[in-house]
Amino acid sequence: MSTPVRTQRRSGIRGGESASGWLFTAPMIILLGMFLVIPVLMALWVSFSDWNGRGSPFSGSVAFVGLDNYTALVGGGGLAEQDFGTALRNNAWYVLLVVPIQTMLSLFLAVLVNRQILRGRGFFRTAFYFPSVTSSVAITVLWLFLFSASGAVNKLLSFIGVNGPNWFNDPSGVLHNILAAFGISTGPAALTGSSFLGISWWEWLAGPSVAMSAFILMAVFTTSGTFMLLFIAALQNLSGDVVEAAIMDGANGWQRFWRVTLPQLRPTLFTVLTLGLIGAWQVFDQIYTGTQGGPGKTTLTPAYLSYQAAFTNQAWGQGAAIAFILFVIIVFFTVFQRWLLAERAVSARRMRPYLPTSGGHT
Amino acid sequence: MQRRNSRWLIGAGLTVVGALSLSACGSGSGFSSDSANTGGELTSDSTQGLSVLIGSSGDAETAAVNAAVAAWSETSGAEAEVSVASDLNQQLAQGFAAQRPADVFYLSTDALAGYASNGSLLAYGDELANKDDFYPSLINAFTYDGEFYCAPKDFSTLQLLINTDLWAEAGLTDADIPTTWEELASVSTALTTDTRVGLAVGGEYARLGAFMAQAGGSLMNEENTEATANSPENLAGLEYAQTLLNDGVMSYAAEIGAGWGGEAFGKELSAMTIEGNWITGAMTNDFPDVNYTVAELPAGPEGKGTLQFTNCWGIAADSPNQAAALDLVEQLTSTDAQLTFSAEFGPMPSIISAADDWRSANPALVAFLDGAEYARDVPVIQGAADVVSDLNAQLESLKTGDAQQILDSTQQNLDALLP
Repeated sequence: MSTPVRTQRRSGIRGGESASGWLFTAPMIILLGMFLVIPVLMALWVSFSDWNGRGSPFSGSVAFVGLDNYTALVGGGGLAEQDFGTALRNNAWYVLLVVPIQTMLSLFLAVLVNRQILRGRGFFRTAFYFPSVTSSVAITVLWLFLFSASGAVNKLLSFIGVNGPNWFNDPSGVLHNILAAFGISTGPAALTGSSFLGISWWEWLAGPSVAMSAFILMAVFTTSGTFMLLFIAALQNLSGDVVEAAIMDGANGWQRFWRVTLPQLRPTLFTVLTLGLIGAWQVFDQIYTGTQGGPGKTTLTPAYLSYQAAFTNQAWGQGAAIAFILFVIIVFFTVFQRWLLAERAVSARRMRPYLPTSGGHT
Repeated sequence: MQRRNSRWLIGAGLTVVGALSLSACGSGSGFSSDSANTGGELTSDSTQGLSVLIGSSGDAETAAVNAAVAAWSETSGAEAEVSVASDLNQQLAQGFAAQRPADVFYLSTDALAGYASNGSLLAYGDELANKDDFYPSLINAFTYDGEFYCAPKDFSTLQLLINTDLWAEAGLTDADIPTTWEELASVSTALTTDTRVGLAVGGEYARLGAFMAQAGGSLMNEENTEATANSPENLAGLEYAQTLLNDGVMSYAAEIGAGWGGEAFGKELSAMTIEGNWITGAMTNDFPDVNYTVAELPAGPEGKGTLQFTNCWGIAADSPNQAAALDLVEQLTSTDAQLTFSAEFGPMPSIISAADDWRSANPALVAFLDGAEYARDVPVIQGAADVVSDLNAQLESLKTGDAQQILDSTQQNLDALLP
């Protein structure tokens, strides 16, 4: 522990800067600490404890129970594991459909309303952005009306001769329904025989339920506007000369979009995908106001399950554990797609046409 | 660089320590004894007023409770304030965690086990002066681990509601009111038309459980010590419901585009429904033109059966003035107070001494009160609400499902909750 003389304080004109820096940032650090860092740490502790909701989680009567809360969820074999598996299944399908669709749709809308020749661009931008600024509770209520058994959506479907489903009361999986149309209504033994997190692989492959599909449509409807705005901002930042150069090189519109515009949007694409992933994994308001997990638990999501475990069942440790598993899942997917979208050196094969043809290879 | 790092660590460490000590202070004494809930002396710190937290069904209920509590304040000289919770579960949980809960509050049978097991509730049932006046089955509903926790506030039972106009239209008379399962099936068939189903029910245990009770079954035994979900009686009840569903004479409310049985009944999507006495409010407000009558549910192979639902007046173990709270609850569950509540916003009194007055005031609804004699309670153990919601999820597909398999999985889930 011999400390060299380098800890000697710097003096002179810049001496007090560090202190005043801390002083200026202190209010924010204290606020963030009080309302963000400490609660998160408390929740982390709760997830490892047997706290049952009475008194402070740091009082003497609360014991450390190790990974008990976590193992009940991922290996307990009971109802808790089954519910957690179901919630993950539902949310995974939700993410799988919502994130790509909303990203593609918002990019498509952004490109449309960014065109110089479009009349009334302001109107369209506002119209597409409107659902994003409306409260999700209001939209959920609207959705419940639109998608009720005798609602507007089913009326519309009946005009084209389709007998619409009873949306928010239909627990059947969309993929199962499609397979059933081809006469496959029971899964192969390999899938029904073995299970993961308390539900069989065949159930994992059920697809989103019809009820969840309505929520998927709603998420796409409400969030596309926000992300469209991000894409518009990015598109307006692109310099025109690159596109002009591509035109001079003879690239058609389709090629210009895929080979010139889209690669330049990579940072925005990352932002949109990350925000989309986080939002989609944390879906809560719609479930809380809309279906409370029903029908048949097919709209149960980890975020809602966490709330339910804590507030209605007094299983606070388990509720906190669900939240932290969800946190790990979100971080994993964010890191994964960061890796997926990372800038890589152009491969030799792609690069070949641009290299000077030196040597004997022609 | 190193210096900055260590400063960071010290800063972060101080923040954490500071916050921990802050939250430790917040928890009050820090020596919360879990034995506070078991009898002993009641606290009686009369310096603080009582707070009463209710989950109100509307203005009528809020006003009635306010008036009753104000009347108690007047006579006892103690202050009390009523607040209406927007999310009762969440506000209760918050209060218990902070050890500053409301003194007196509404408590559902679902929530009882959770709060009783973590010591948040005062088990005051045995100290009630009017204890013997409560229906025994309601006392049973609020008994957890052998202790009678809280005074039943009021209760409801499920019975059969019949649309009298549609009944007459189908050529049925009062003599046809079903008293057996066979008769229920035949009147349901008679009432079913192309656009209307005979009987609509909510697709959940809280309705279909009545059929199980009529067959002599229930999810758990009276003492909540043993799971009896997959008994042959329960199977008989579910299979009867399954037959009605598959014959097309009974539908789940959701299947015919209604939120609950009462909505299906009010919109005349069904000619009959099985609901509790809360339906009368909805009928008066939303569907005043529908004429209906209430009959007792038909008897099954093991006689009459129905389910009952109830709430109680919980008192917090952490309340500084439990004695006054107990006094308030005795007042709120007295015959006069309960009859006033009943007149103001419609619940059924939880005490036997109010029964006769209630019958003469509500002659059309007598069937609901008659149910008290044979009604079964929903299970009261911690985690049972989860099991029931899982059962509900499975009952949604009862039509095509395997009743035995549904009950077996419920049995397994309930067994897992028992020590």
